[in-house]
Amino acid sequence: MNLDLSESELTFQAEARAWLAENVPREPLPSMDTAEGFAAHQEWEAKLAEARWAVVSWPEEYHGRGASLVEWVIFEEEYYRAGAPGRVSQNGIFLLSPTIFENGTQEQQDRWLPSMATGEKIWAQAWSEPEAGSDLASLRSKAVRDETRGGWVLNGQKTWSSRASYAHWGFGLFRSDPESQRHHGLTYFCFPLDAEGVTVRPIAQLDGEPGFAELFFDDVFVPDADVLGEPGQGWSVAMSTAGNERGLSLRSPGRFCATAERLVELWRSVGSPVEYRDRVVDAWLGAEAYRLYTWGTVSRLVDGGSIGYSGSVNKVFWSDLDVAMHETALDLLAPAAELRGPWMDGYLFSLSGPIYAGTNEVQRNVVAERILGLPREPKGA
Amino acid sequence: MDFRLTPEQTGFAQSLTELMTKGDSVAAARAWEAGDHAPGQALWTRLADQGVTALVLAEDDGGLGGTPVDLVVAFEVLGHQLAVGPWIESAALAPQAEGEMVTAGVSPLNPYAVDADVARLLHGSVSESLQSVDTTRRLFEVHDAQPFDEGAIDLAVLACSAELLGCGERLLADSVEYVQQRKQYGRTIGSYQAIKHQLADVRIALDFARPLVHGAALTMRPRDVSGAKVAAGDAAYLASRVALQVHGAIGYTAEFDLGLWINRVRALVGAWGSSSYHRGRIADALGAS
Repeated sequence: MNLDLSESELTFQAEARAWLAENVPREPLPSMDTAEGFAAHQEWEAKLAEARWAVVSWPEEYHGRGASLVEWVIFEEEYYRAGAPGRVSQNGIFLLSPTIFENGTQEQQDRWLPSMATGEKIWAQAWSEPEAGSDLASLRSKAVRDETRGGWVLNGQKTWSSRASYAHWGFGLFRSDPESQRHHGLTYFCFPLDAEGVTVRPIAQLDGEPGFAELFFDDVFVPDADVLGEPGQGWSVAMSTAGNERGLSLRSPGRFCATAERLVELWRSVGSPVEYRDRVVDAWLGAEAYRLYTWGTVSRLVDGGSIGYSGSVNKVFWSDLDVAMHETALDLLAPAAELRGPWMDGYLFSLSGPIYAGTNEVQRNVVAERILGLPREPKGA
Repeated sequence: MDFRLTPEQTGFAQSLTELMTKGDSVAAARAWEAGDHAPGQALWTRLADQGVTALVLAEDDGGLGGTPVDLVVAFEVLGHQLAVGPWIESAALAPQAEGEMVTAGVSPLNPYAVDADVARLLHGSVSESLQSVDTTRRLFEVHDAQPFDEGAIDLAVLACSAELLGCGERLLADSVEYVQQRKQYGRTIGSYQAIKHQLADVRIALDFARPLVHGAALTMRPRDVSGAKVAAGDAAYLASRVALQVHGAIGYTAEFDLGLWINRVRALVGAWGSSSYHRGRIADALGAS
């Protein structure tokens, strides 16, 4: 058991650190959920891609550098430590791309991945529907076969679609077999958000900005070339994405370590008040636990293991930790905490953590049923 | 970078578990509680023959030349199987090449010498015994205790953290088993979300405490050792509260074995420095950095 980085990993770390120190914007970019901020974040992605830091773990032909999993975690640690901007391309590069790499055709990979890496095309996910939230398999938006044109016609409604207000492409599941139930008869589609028949209605989030949107589909034609994986196999195709969202990819330890470090600094800057001591210590300890836990997961993955249901253990922990750290910072800042600023913005963002990517209630069910082996919940009426 | 136990360490844990299960460590704890030390001493000897007390002693000093990681592997098993006797003192604070059972008082963190009626007291003298909430730990106030060096104390704190982790795992395992067979209102109580979510929270707390214990064993930095104690103590204590709650009244009886672990956790959470003491030590380190 050791936590030592190899010579080449240390070199990689130094290179990343130096580039970030040189290039991270001095002033925070405007919110990515405003038109101005969205464009600024796209520019930043282009800059990252040019230096091949946008998608370090991707192959070189798609703007990556073929980095190992260990190097990816190292890069993420450095990225957040440097206070670099949030990733506007995150839904594409972290959630969708593993599915494209695993299930996409060569043509799809060549067509979609390069512009995803450079931030030229931003992708939005289209999972939830008004009546299908945590219970995603109850989705009703449908796809009807169109043999004449060689594709499918989509109808229905998606909601809580992150980044969709300004994004270019969407991806999600539609029911392609009207006789099917639950996880069967679903197909995974990719579609331009400016396609004929798609209406995007932005929804303002708790912070006032349109971070997500409703999508309406009115006879939207999607050619066969934009179906991801086999028709009817959409659920299993999607699970590789969901696995990533709940697992390692999205929430690298760097983000929480950086927040904890800033919280410690904040606490010290106001004279290390003793009444906040335990909360600040627990934030530091939680981030440290998350960092070490992740190295354990990485060690297993490198050896050919899988994330499995530990993604659910992970998700409850980091989302609760993120809220707690921001609450502590705001309490330390009071009465100025009420003012909009980095801590308040971070707090508002953290509040979504226990909800998205499978609510923490669903995750606790997964932990209890799949890891502890407790009986499944009796089905509702 | 490989943050996993080696196959040797996993195998060592398995062999200790088998040894203690076959030796009926719980029956030995019950006998110890009643003042009959013979079964506990027999088990001690067998564990000592496996090198448990000499793990972290250098080979030149008659030890196995193991690491603090080896130590926490062993102590997690000792907690899981409810080992009795002054293990923290004899394997971590003052490791014994010959497997001798020794004890000590360490002021102010751990002022009482545990089991000084059967173990050799390293420093000072003891008077009459005090009653611990853990009936398998007989405590003695120590007069004229001598200080230990900080490294030795931190190893004891680390061992205590690992023992807590093992206790927490056992409490969770026994609770999961119980809620799968207990029925109320025509349903297995383990199918109720109110039960499931409490047990899931215990799983999560233990899963995130373990890397801190292993990480502290690698670095032995004081702040990391304190972090291990805080996290393992909190997780094990949560496990004990949830275990008692999901068992209901049967868990509240002295006769049912679950209570032995519940009381062991309560004792160890306060021993070798409270959570508050260790949070203070982390805060000092963070404030100074």
